[in-house]
Amino acid sequence: MSRSRLSFITLMVLALVVTACGDTAPSPGASQPAVSQPDVDPTESVGGAPSTAPSESQAGEPAPSAGRLAQVQDRGQLICGVNGSLPGFSFLDEDGQNTGFDADFCRALAAAVLGDPEAVEFRAINADQRGPALQTGDIDVLIRNTTWTVSRDTAWGLFAPTTFYDGQAIMVNSTLVDATTIDELEGAAICVQSGTTTELNLADRFAALDYQPIVFPEIDPTYAAYEDGRCDAVTSDRSQLVARRTAFANPDEHVILEEVMSKEPLGPVAPLGDDEWFNVVKWVVYATIEAEEQGIDSTNVADMVETSENPVVQRLLGVTPEGTDPFESGLGLEPDWVVTMIGAVGNYAEIYDRNLGPGTPFDLERGLNSLWTDDGLLYAPPYR
Amino acid sequence: MTLNVDPPPVAAVPPWRDVRVLRIAAQVVAVIAVGLLVAFLARNFATALSERGLGFGFGFLGRSAGFDISESPIPYSPADTYGTAFLVGLLNTLFVSFIGIILATVLGIVVGVARLSPNWLVRRIASSYVEVIRNTPLLVQLFIIYFAVFLQLPAVAQSISFAGSVFLNQRGVFVPGPQLTAGFTPWLAFVALGIGVLVAARAVARHREDTERPIRGLTALGWLGLLTVVTIGWVLIGPVAFELPVRARFNFVGGLGLSPEFAALLTGLVLYTAAFIGEVVRGGIQAVRRGQVEAARALGLSEGETLRLVVFPQALRIIVPPLTSQYLNLAKNSSLAIAIGYPDLFKVGQTMANQTGQPLPVILMVMSTYLAISLVTSLLMNIYNRRIQVLER
Amino acid sequence: MSGQGMGETLPPPRDVIGPAAWLRENLFSGWVNSVVTLLTGAAIIWLIVTIGAWAVSEARWTVVTNNLRLFLIGQYPADQAWRILLNLGLISVLAGLSAGAWGGATRAMAVTLSALQLMLAALVVASPLGIIPAGVLVLNAALVWVAFGFGLRGWIPRRPLLIAWVLSLPVSFLLISGVAGTPFPSVSSNVWGGLLLTVLLATVGILLSFPFGVLLALGRRSQLPVVSIMSTGYIEIIRGVPLVTILFMADIILPLFLPGEWRLDRVARAMGGITLFSAAYVAENVRGGLQAIPSGQIEASQALGLSGAQTNIHIVLPQALRAVIPANVGLFISLLKDTTLVTIIGLLELLGISRAILAQPDSFGAQMEVYVFIAAVFFILCYAMSQASYRLERALGVGTR
Repeated sequence: MSRSRLSFITLMVLALVVTACGDTAPSPGASQPAVSQPDVDPTESVGGAPSTAPSESQAGEPAPSAGRLAQVQDRGQLICGVNGSLPGFSFLDEDGQNTGFDADFCRALAAAVLGDPEAVEFRAINADQRGPALQTGDIDVLIRNTTWTVSRDTAWGLFAPTTFYDGQAIMVNSTLVDATTIDELEGAAICVQSGTTTELNLADRFAALDYQPIVFPEIDPTYAAYEDGRCDAVTSDRSQLVARRTAFANPDEHVILEEVMSKEPLGPVAPLGDDEWFNVVKWVVYATIEAEEQGIDSTNVADMVETSENPVVQRLLGVTPEGTDPFESGLGLEPDWVVTMIGAVGNYAEIYDRNLGPGTPFDLERGLNSLWTDDGLLYAPPYR
Repeated sequence: MTLNVDPPPVAAVPPWRDVRVLRIAAQVVAVIAVGLLVAFLARNFATALSERGLGFGFGFLGRSAGFDISESPIPYSPADTYGTAFLVGLLNTLFVSFIGIILATVLGIVVGVARLSPNWLVRRIASSYVEVIRNTPLLVQLFIIYFAVFLQLPAVAQSISFAGSVFLNQRGVFVPGPQLTAGFTPWLAFVALGIGVLVAARAVARHREDTERPIRGLTALGWLGLLTVVTIGWVLIGPVAFELPVRARFNFVGGLGLSPEFAALLTGLVLYTAAFIGEVVRGGIQAVRRGQVEAARALGLSEGETLRLVVFPQALRIIVPPLTSQYLNLAKNSSLAIAIGYPDLFKVGQTMANQTGQPLPVILMVMSTYLAISLVTSLLMNIYNRRIQVLER
Repeated sequence: MSGQGMGETLPPPRDVIGPAAWLRENLFSGWVNSVVTLLTGAAIIWLIVTIGAWAVSEARWTVVTNNLRLFLIGQYPADQAWRILLNLGLISVLAGLSAGAWGGATRAMAVTLSALQLMLAALVVASPLGIIPAGVLVLNAALVWVAFGFGLRGWIPRRPLLIAWVLSLPVSFLLISGVAGTPFPSVSSNVWGGLLLTVLLATVGILLSFPFGVLLALGRRSQLPVVSIMSTGYIEIIRGVPLVTILFMADIILPLFLPGEWRLDRVARAMGGITLFSAAYVAENVRGGLQAIPSGQIEASQALGLSGAQTNIHIVLPQALRAVIPANVGLFISLLKDTTLVTIIGLLELLGISRAILAQPDSFGAQMEVYVFIAAVFFILCYAMSQASYRLERALGVGTR
């Protein structure tokens, strides 16, 4: 009898563990719905405790009005959807850190909202999961080389200003395929990633040509299959082709065809239905651009706060000159958020150069991604 | 649920101790609990949809899909609807599952018998195979098979060729494609004739079985007759012509081509499932009593005959139920196709969920389709199981 | 063969023992057998030589050693990694004590645990992680045997040990996830990865699904039609769909069904999905155990005046659960393998982290090395467990009682 009692106790303890450990998934069939309040707390990353005190909302209270900005600040961490496998934009280095252009924009947003560039939970998301992840509100922002289109704007989320202007191109292995134009690729097998605009553009471009799409859900297999010779060509954003080509065994053999198949404006996306949060994301991008235009970078931002007499710079950095009213951006952020952000990750040029510029294996020209004053497309509205 | 007990003295049992009342109460509580849970989830869902201005419906099925699918048993282009795309995914899943089940069964039986082989080396190889396959994840195996085997085959220019008609390269396997000629219908007459010969031979054999002098091997002779007649017809008329694959600018065209994605998925599923089926078969064979085998030997049956006539029919009764669950596993595991780019049901579903912005309806469609496949498969296997059980008695 | 003449002395049978006889018996007993032996032998030798040549000369194993920390614990902060070693140490002590106290299958488990840690230590030595973690692992392996010595003397009674095992799950969980403001700062589950996450997912999955599965099994056999129909429906639906679709549901769809302010982290959602999935399979295992209980036992307990719940708790479940332990170990093995599917929803467990590693410019093209390494890790873990489960089956005397 004692053994059976022991088994029973064990069972009960396990059952307790179930309810205690937050097995919050619904349990049909069981008589009590064991939905416990998920812990909102395991948020602080090791090392940097967030400055805001996490005050959690009560379980029963409906709190639809709690905007995402407040949610993020309560949580003390920004959940940022990234690619995770694209060198130059976001990938895991040997220390397990997410690095790259997109990853740095996540950090910029975290610095702006939370004051800590490292208060980011990076979430690797594959192309097919982007829409659902935004729609369910599971991520606060998607910064994952995502192309701005009208249907995504209405169905997925709101697109913040483009951080990277790109265009779709096709790469071939010149030792195997003799082609200099896309039309010469009739009948070819072309590797492409599913759930991307490039997949759809490819179908458009080859509508009159015969071809075989080899579609992968993830970025690594796409390029691995191409390099192994499964496909005659691979198509994607030009920047991505350049970035992945650097990792090939013989990068020189691979040629990117001249033709630009499409416009690919890549930028951050915020979930639908929260204008306040969307504005924050939008102006974080603009602020990095504006900072470059005003010559503010991570090395001189502290001095600028002290010395700049330029009212544009003063407003941007939240400096209130004597005898004037403080400038109100209305974004719901600290007045000096730009100072924190630029100090932590730098302005647009710094982010670009650090990840894609001449010092990196990718060495991508700024091209369209220059300031409007340099004949590029980067143009931030006035910060006032 | 009806209890045929006499009504107890009403006053004696208070309702909170009356078993019938308690039962009904327990069920009502269960229904209410589940109902509340569902209502809670549904309310949250409705709130989430309205907050983000999303809809819920299946209207997208009629819209144009816009994405291409690399292989499809039916004609498909990006201009076709989402409904067609879903159907393509379903057909691809059914196709790979069906072929996979057949091949896995064959290989599984071979493995199961090899595990009991008198040859030590064969036994060891079979058991190492089973252990290695069963103790590593299928997904990892698929990656290895796809990237390390199929994609490492020679490039198109250096294709391995067999007799100039079968080609093997990293773009897949290309075999001559059969095409029916005008002679196909006349040839069917030969087939009918051959079947007639077989039926006649069997009838005679069965008739003589009851007499004193049965003719052994008459049925075998009948089969031989069938084969001869059909072959003669084939040679004379040529009912099927084969279109050879020809090398085009990038790849082979014409004939029948199997993509490396399909081939890798099929190989992975077959190798994986066969290891489990092998164990099921071994268990089934070992469960047949030793006396049966000894008796068969004593009757002078050869080793092959013992297996075929005595052991297998009995083992089958034990094998079929676990075999069914292996078949179901294979069908469900085919969803791992997504990892290596074979456009199966789940893969197409995920792309649809992403593009339409309707993840819930799509995943519900995908799940209920898998459920239907599982239910139909187990239904068929249950029917088969019942038949062999009856045959035994 | 025999029967020549009574007076003749037969020569002693030759070669019934010894290597030559063994060869003849097992490999060359007939010409068919001989041909089979030669053909398969040649194929095997070719295979071994090819693979061996690749592994020794071509393969770039540095991809594995350089990223070993990522493989083992993912992005778990390096300065907190000692907590995982400490946790392993605690489990080692418990395993050693149990092996001493119970013997039998638990002893096999202790041997396995210590051997696995030694293997890991050897791997760590070859990596840039350095000698200290390797030393700790060796220490842990030794700890198993020290504890075994203590356990053998019977100083530790069995019941507290059992309770310690039950407690070890929440303790491990706390140790790994940490609590803010203690020497164990909180580590977000977002950075758990590699082998650590694989083992956690499988362990939590099987343990949490167990009570749920038992309830479902009882529900399926319930005489209350509503309960029985709901349980059966749940079990059959879950068993009819692939795990990926359930994980997809848990990862993508579930947040839509929860109030906006409830956030479940991704690992918890994957654990939930795996738990709900495996509960249906546990339920079927347990149902098998329940069916094996002779109805006489239930009738007898009813005759003794036990209620339905009492009958289940005191009579039916103790016997049924004991009978299904080996089947559940099998389930655990397949669950461990199935955790690789969470890579499809983007978690960085062993397979997922390996794909992230393959994206590094340095490790491009090293797919074979990485996948073979992962396959080997899974093989060692699963094989060890399946062997342990055979022993357990024998030790519990399932089927012989």
